[in-house]
Amino acid sequence: MQVEDKEFRPTIVAFCCNWCSYAGADLSGTNRLQYPANVKIIRIPCSCRLNPMFILRAFQRGADGVILCGCHPGDCHYTTGNYYARRRMTLLFSMLDFLGIEKERTRVEWVSAAEGQKFAETMNDFVATVTKLGENHRLEDLRCKKQ
Amino acid sequence: MQRIGVFVCHCGTNIAATVDVKKVCEVLKDEPGVVYTQDYQYMCSESGQNLIKDAIKEHNLTGVVVCSCSPRMHEATFRKAVQSVGLNPYMLEVANIREQCSWIHKNVEEATEKAVILGRAAIAKVHLNAPLVAGQTPVTKRALVIGGGIAGIQCALDIADAGYQVDIVEKEPTVGGKMTKIDKTFPTLDCSSCILTPKMVDVAQNENIKIYSYSEVESVKGFVGNFTVGIKRKARYVKEDICTGCGLCTEKCPQKKVPNDYNLGLDTKRAIYIPFAQAVPKVATIDPNYCTMMKTGKCGICSKVCSAGAIDYTQKDEIIEEQYGAIVVATGYNPIKLDAYEEFGYSQSPDVVTSLEFERLMSASGPNGGHLVRPSDHKEPKTIVFIQCVGSRSTTECGKPYCSKICCMYTCKHAMLCREKYPDTEVYVFYIDVRTPGKNYDEFFRRAVEEYNVHYIKGMVGKVAPSGDKLKVQASDLLNNEQLHIDADMVVLAAAIEADKSARPLATLLTASMDTNDFFTEAHAKLRPVESPTAGVFLAGCAQGPKDIPETVTQAGACASKVIGLLAKDHLVGNPCVAHPDEMMCNGCSTCANVCPYGAITYENKDFSRRKDGSMMRRVAQVNPAVCQGCGCCTVACPSGAMDLYGFSTKQIMAEVDAICK
Amino acid sequence: MDNLEIAKELQILSGVNPRKCMRCGKCSGTCPAYDQMEYHPHQFVNMVETGKIEKLLASDSFYACLSCFACVERCPRGVEPANIVEAVRLWKIRQQDQNHLHPEQIPELLDENLPQQAIVSAFRKYKK
Repeated sequence: MQVEDKEFRPTIVAFCCNWCSYAGADLSGTNRLQYPANVKIIRIPCSCRLNPMFILRAFQRGADGVILCGCHPGDCHYTTGNYYARRRMTLLFSMLDFLGIEKERTRVEWVSAAEGQKFAETMNDFVATVTKLGENHRLEDLRCKKQ
Repeated sequence: MQRIGVFVCHCGTNIAATVDVKKVCEVLKDEPGVVYTQDYQYMCSESGQNLIKDAIKEHNLTGVVVCSCSPRMHEATFRKAVQSVGLNPYMLEVANIREQCSWIHKNVEEATEKAVILGRAAIAKVHLNAPLVAGQTPVTKRALVIGGGIAGIQCALDIADAGYQVDIVEKEPTVGGKMTKIDKTFPTLDCSSCILTPKMVDVAQNENIKIYSYSEVESVKGFVGNFTVGIKRKARYVKEDICTGCGLCTEKCPQKKVPNDYNLGLDTKRAIYIPFAQAVPKVATIDPNYCTMMKTGKCGICSKVCSAGAIDYTQKDEIIEEQYGAIVVATGYNPIKLDAYEEFGYSQSPDVVTSLEFERLMSASGPNGGHLVRPSDHKEPKTIVFIQCVGSRSTTECGKPYCSKICCMYTCKHAMLCREKYPDTEVYVFYIDVRTPGKNYDEFFRRAVEEYNVHYIKGMVGKVAPSGDKLKVQASDLLNNEQLHIDADMVVLAAAIEADKSARPLATLLTASMDTNDFFTEAHAKLRPVESPTAGVFLAGCAQGPKDIPETVTQAGACASKVIGLLAKDHLVGNPCVAHPDEMMCNGCSTCANVCPYGAITYENKDFSRRKDGSMMRRVAQVNPAVCQGCGCCTVACPSGAMDLYGFSTKQIMAEVDAICK
Repeated sequence: MDNLEIAKELQILSGVNPRKCMRCGKCSGTCPAYDQMEYHPHQFVNMVETGKIEKLLASDSFYACLSCFACVERCPRGVEPANIVEAVRLWKIRQQDQNHLHPEQIPELLDENLPQQAIVSAFRKYKK
């Protein structure tokens, strides 16, 4: 039930790892740091749990931007998870670029559990960037399209 | 179809002030599967929890969504509540509408809309939740300590004190490690043996501790709480249980030219030897590379003089298997080889020694009974030059990039002892930085400079050249901006320390991770410093990084407390959110095993034939739920999509994405 | 060009990052031409880092370097001081443009105390 008004308000999906970034998001809440309501957070155990399919799915379903937040390199709760995530996302993002989805619509950001401020700033910045880009071309599953 | 109850918390005004709670209830009521909604002032309070419990019973709920504060706060509380009325705790999801909604938004309309969407996502996830049961595994109440240095000794003593069985595996014939070779300890200058040997005796006498000396770990199977370890007991050609340690054989052995590794090759020992007088266990060992009997079959003197009949030339290596619940790695360190540093002339002159060799030269149990003389001509040195950071803080191939941490203090100690015992000796120390953090450490260093008049010179030695019976030392004095030329009698090199060579293969056996310097990595650099990321493996001493004796003992104690905490449990309750393969889809490609940081994935050949006659064996992945920590890395790596994670399954996350992007 | 720009240029020319230096002084400790120099190898590194180029160019120190590369060989941080000295030397020569060494000048430059290697390597460098 997106509120219908003239202003474009992008749909943003944020994937946050349970140990650092989700806690960082909680901290920015505890500190009452504002960021736009169109950011919706999904909790995953580790940034390496993020299947590239999830991002594609989000774009398929009408998301305008997807951001992945994980622990800082070297700080991963599972030792090496975020390194895998970083590699996978690099690959995926260059593919998205190829598909015609602007690079700026996707982002990987490292946010620790102590960086509530950074989390809010990142989200503000990301929402501003995506808003500027405007509505996303919706990826569509042609099999589901009515003939 | 699930029967889902949605409970929306006001959290006083924390949520209710910016989120229209009633409206959230109203909208979510129409979601598929939702049969009951309720809002309440404080869901986490006892009456709030009772509301949930009653609703579950009354409406036969199969899933629960609580819209409240962060799951990091009260997920456990609510899970306990639903469990108490018979619902599986993993059928509950929390929608975070406080930290991630009401607290960060001001506009009620916007916040309410977001709360609804977050609630929807949680409902969509609960639809796909499955009841999960945490696996339980029994714990073998015995610990293995690998390495019998001061770290291993202290750790074993602490664990044994708590009443648990501990085995120590030591690759040398005696426990004690490097500390047995040290003369005095900084900053108090107590005699190292005097404080160590009582502990060695304690270890030997403690009935909970068993020492496997002259042994090595050969294989490790299993996982936390249930390790099976193969230990190779190297043949020492002396029956350990019969030998009385009288030492007669070591006096009568005619082969006298065996380099004595206890004194770092500065003198010789016999082919049958007891490393030193206080060795534990005090049992002789034959070095088969030098023993005349072993090589030519003609001698046997030790066997003749041994009244106990302990000598057995036919002994073979023996492998025993033992069960353990926890493993402590305390493999320690070694000084690096200095052959590549030809500028310091270590291999050219016997009077250029490493600090550990200097330790032996100064020690009363050393080759000269503690009388400091040059190894070449046995004269007392009059000028001694100490060079620090030899190989430490070096990015070159032969050096180590890290600071070896202990060299500043022991060099200071050596310099001080020299000046104290032989006041007419001139002592120069060349340093890059003097690093003395630690209780009473800097005071100790200042004492060396101020009271003992040790010449500390900021700068590095460029060259040591043997010339006649002198060593010509060419160095720079950076503070005076001049080049110094010193004719020294002895040069002592503070060699960098490195992880023991046995550490790397051991890490592979344990699937414990290591850094590029072959030091074991800790689970968290600050908050879990004595645990390896591999569950059930703990770290003590220099195996984890360079450290001095006080720090090693502290870490060993901390390590013991972690081991005791593990062994005190009868069962280990696992995290049920673990990976699991769909065996029909798995093609056994090993991709998942390669990315798993815990070594939780193994492969098994399984028969998938449906008929009785045909056999269709396939290699499929198996996840050990006791080892898996649930990061989910394998689920993404799997090319066929066979791997999935309980609690965060691909379908569940997809459903959340769908709910948010609707 | 101001000094800091020259310093940057010298770093590019030599391929040396002087910030890698940890001030141990092993280069100067090992330098056989130490006494002939006003500024010593470790000072070259530091002065290029901090941009004290004028002093360096005004001094004759860089001519004293034998290019024996002992400092490069022994530096624990891989700083390569000799390459910096060489860069300063090249800078000076390129500035003057005509200050090349001619074979006929060599006899008068000969100094009994000077090692022959120094003359040979100097000739090889400055004849270009």
